[in-house]
Amino acid sequence: MALSPRTAVTGPAAPTSVRPSRTPAVHTPARRSRNRWLSPTAVNAALALAVLYTLFPLVWLVTAATKDAGGLLAGDALSFEGFDLAGNLSRLATEGDGIYFRWYGNSLLYAGAGAALCTLICVAAGYAFDKYRFPGKEQLFGAVLLGVLVPTTALALPLYLLASRTGVVNTYWSVLVPALVNPFGVYLARVFSSAYIPDEALEAARIDGAGELRVFWSIGLRMVAPGLVTVFLFQFTAIWNNFFLPLVMLSDQRLFPVSLGLYAWNGNAHGEPSFYPLVVTGSLLAVLPLIIAFVTLQRHWKAGLTAGSVQ
Amino acid sequence: MNAKARAAVVLLVPFFALFVVVMVVPIGYAVWLSLFTEQQSGLGFGGTHTVFSGLGNYTAALGDHAFRDGFLVLLGYCALYIPLLLAGALTLALLLDSALARARRFFQLALFLPHAVPGIIAALIWVYLYTPRLSPVVAAMESGGLGFDFLSPSGALPSVVNIALWEWLGYNMVIFYAALQAVDRSVIEAATVDGAGAWRVATAVKLPLIRSSLAMVALFTVIGSLQLFTEPLILNQGSGSAVTSSWTPNMYAYTAAFGRNDYGLAAASSVLLALAAALLSFFVTRLSGRSARSGRSGRSGRHPSRASGPPAAGRPVRGPRPPLAHPEGRP
Repeated sequence: MALSPRTAVTGPAAPTSVRPSRTPAVHTPARRSRNRWLSPTAVNAALALAVLYTLFPLVWLVTAATKDAGGLLAGDALSFEGFDLAGNLSRLATEGDGIYFRWYGNSLLYAGAGAALCTLICVAAGYAFDKYRFPGKEQLFGAVLLGVLVPTTALALPLYLLASRTGVVNTYWSVLVPALVNPFGVYLARVFSSAYIPDEALEAARIDGAGELRVFWSIGLRMVAPGLVTVFLFQFTAIWNNFFLPLVMLSDQRLFPVSLGLYAWNGNAHGEPSFYPLVVTGSLLAVLPLIIAFVTLQRHWKAGLTAGSVQ
Repeated sequence: MNAKARAAVVLLVPFFALFVVVMVVPIGYAVWLSLFTEQQSGLGFGGTHTVFSGLGNYTAALGDHAFRDGFLVLLGYCALYIPLLLAGALTLALLLDSALARARRFFQLALFLPHAVPGIIAALIWVYLYTPRLSPVVAAMESGGLGFDFLSPSGALPSVVNIALWEWLGYNMVIFYAALQAVDRSVIEAATVDGAGAWRVATAVKLPLIRSSLAMVALFTVIGSLQLFTEPLILNQGSGSAVTSSWTPNMYAYTAAFGRNDYGLAAASSVLLALAAALLSFFVTRLSGRSARSGRSGRSGRHPSRASGPPAAGRPVRGPRPPLAHPEGRP
């Protein structure tokens, strides 16, 4: 309970001035015994245990992806026995005339183009909500916030029925268009816009004679750029990981994103075990871009999750 | 002034046009569809035609024990998953925020990484790790005397909860940690100077100050939980698990639409699910709002005035709303 005051107070931003004279008063024996549970070793060991839990399946994925079907089904997944990563990769490239890498390309298209457009749309709306005053603004923003609460999978079936009515079902558009809407992105963009774009900068540009849209395009967008990366990153992840919508919309294998393709292969694997290494290796490749993005863009996803405290 | 109004419209139209097409219209269409049913005409020669059935699809869905069982499964899932998730994420965030933690950046990243894994791949990995003979985890648990059959009927719920926990623990931990980092350090210092230990600082000072993010995470977790689909679908996909094709309401709606081509029933069950989500979000918001209010008035008595005084009153929440989870994250 009663830590030595230095350890108790010092967060990263905490001032280091703590009065040690206070300590003796609070050190009763009972407290000291609980103290042991809050020692640096115990705290860091608990955190390390949690990390073991989160990283273990990923480590397993890496070692399992290097195995042939026999090695994979023989258990002992953490060894490198039956090492055949090259074989797995070449089978991945040739199975079904290289359909896997077509799925990969589709995922890049859905997630890349979808997230880029979605980010632009969200930032335009968020900027308008932040920088302009117009009647009904807060009611409209309330509608956006309500949209955040709508369970997206409950929308997928009606969307499918609408799409089949209009003939869009089983096309690229059927997956791409719903991915362009992200009410939460508008909320984030409004927060970022007010944090990153000072009104004075816009005023200065207006005095120089720039039109409103021009001000948005060349001043606003540039200043809010770090926020753009954040919105893009989260939307890219959401689309890349989306499964329900493509499952409902697509029946043509050549339009599948990776997630849906792996699901189909996993269904085959129960009858034909040679698909297991393909599913596992394919999963590893499908996870890599996002892992790399999250490792290199740490500042940006943290900013997204901290959005409320930016202001 | 006029130019500004025009610019605002131009910037807002793309979003709201798509918003209407992708969110508002489908909701209306689902409600509309749920009022009709397909009927065999005459001797079955004329194919089917659509007839108005009022609330018939709703009574059919609610009268189907498979649909009701789905809600029972969800109830059990929420009862197990939400407390574990909130307590786990909060504990980790408090540990990381305590001055004792080392390598904070590493811990944050390593705990967050499962969020980069698509739900379907997370489920695939864990199904392997659940399968006896394949799994080092099951083998280790058995040798430790903790044998557990994840794929048995009674193991289905814990298996799904574990997958969801793995996916969302670190994500929500980062949200809580970010909120903790924003807590005014002088408040904590004041409490410590007044003799509060680390435990008391955590529970009586830090926790009340981040309750708005706690409420938000609870809200989005509830909404996400109601949509449970991908993880049980993979468990259902021939792994020998006890998960059925209508295990959750969402799976029920999917099976109704694509297994039985009963769009009216599928639409009605989607609408019922969305209604449940709306009711629950209202409930959670009210509940957290009330606890926040009573928490504020109740605390001032037994607390060092410095800890709950000016910062809590002058800066009740940070920003327009607390740090939010990304709700689209659940596929």
